Amino acid sequence: MAQFNLPKNSQITQGKSWAPPPGASNLQTFKIYRWNPDDGATPRIDTYQVDRDDCGPMVLDALLWIKNKVDSTLVFRRSCREGICGSCAMNIEGQNALACTMGIDECKSPDNALPVMTRKDKDGAIRIYPLPHMPVLKDLVPDLTNFYAQHAAIEPWLQTETPAPEKEWRQTPEDRSRLDGLYECILCACCSTSCPSYWWNGDKFLGPAALLQAYRWLIDSRDENTGDRLDSLHDPFRLYRCHTIMNCANTCPKGLNPAKAIAEIKKMMIERTV
Amino acid sequence: MAQEQIRQDTRLSIRTPRARIRGLGVAHHGAGHWWLQRITALANTVLMLAFVVIVARMAGRGYVEATQLVAKPFVSIILILAILSVTIHMRLGMQVIIEDYVHAPATKIVSVLANNMYAVLVAVACLYAVLRIGFGQPA
Repeated sequence: MAQFNLPKNSQITQGKSWAPPPGASNLQTFKIYRWNPDDGATPRIDTYQVDRDDCGPMVLDALLWIKNKVDSTLVFRRSCREGICGSCAMNIEGQNALACTMGIDECKSPDNALPVMTRKDKDGAIRIYPLPHMPVLKDLVPDLTNFYAQHAAIEPWLQTETPAPEKEWRQTPEDRSRLDGLYECILCACCSTSCPSYWWNGDKFLGPAALLQAYRWLIDSRDENTGDRLDSLHDPFRLYRCHTIMNCANTCPKGLNPAKAIAEIKKMMIERTV
Repeated sequence: MAQEQIRQDTRLSIRTPRARIRGLGVAHHGAGHWWLQRITALANTVLMLAFVVIVARMAGRGYVEATQLVAKPFVSIILILAILSVTIHMRLGMQVIIEDYVHAPATKIVSVLANNMYAVLVAVACLYAVLRIGFGQPA
């Protein structure tokens, strides 16, 4: 049966409460998930006080501020700090997001709060966890091996048998416009890790991110392998575990709609039989 | 434990991520299941409306009048269609739920089999009742 409880050694404990910076008046509390594979301890929640007057506006700015000024052992991924690399995807206040494009004020706004995440303790703290339901390597860094293998499995490159033309493969402006809303995906994994179907069957269901990319190549006018691509998705788990829950579209930090892309793949599946 | 489950367990078997993701490959079905569930869902919305009307017309009537209503050809046909559509839809939907949440191979196979048998049993029992009344042999 499905396992709904965490294993015994996974219960999260109260961690260290770090002292606020001296002399700071404009403080924001962060409660951050900490886990170190090397010390044998259970995961804990550390509490940090960030001086808003000394810190940039984004959640990533706060994390860097903590790492630079309070606790250098805090581990997270980040690179571009402008929402194009997808490294700093994490669960902020119950919603998967990029720390670099999520404002500190924005993530406390009621618009951002998921109804299921309404909590008893309204202490004004911002809670940060790793992406849900992935193996954690350390602190806020999840193991995305499986996720990347799924992206590779949909063969995300142009496949043709016709010899390559002297110049480029030509497209009409309409052909090109069909890739809009698909090519922008940065593979941050916010969508797949917010998907309950992916949580329960992430080993066999490809997940919204890989399926959005699958559709990006299915709909590409230059690709000559559409049929084989559809064949490789014709499976009760790989494609049809999507139950249109829509968490993917709700959470995508780039505003894309993987659920719609998956629905289009399902339509293509029917289209070739009727 | 099934062979494939052993191979997929990271504690028991060393495999590349690609090998794990490919697993046993593509099943080459699923579209039919999905499509039939959508079609029966659509059929159910219409048939259930008719079913509610039929049940409402039985309200306050005695046994004889109720069976006379069921025995009418149009009513019988609506009921038979509703039974087929609902039980097919029920079987498909429940199978998806089992596949979602039940992961132990033995429990999964037993659950899916039980689901199929239950759907067939419900369908046959309902059809038998409607046909028996329809062909004039009220129980």
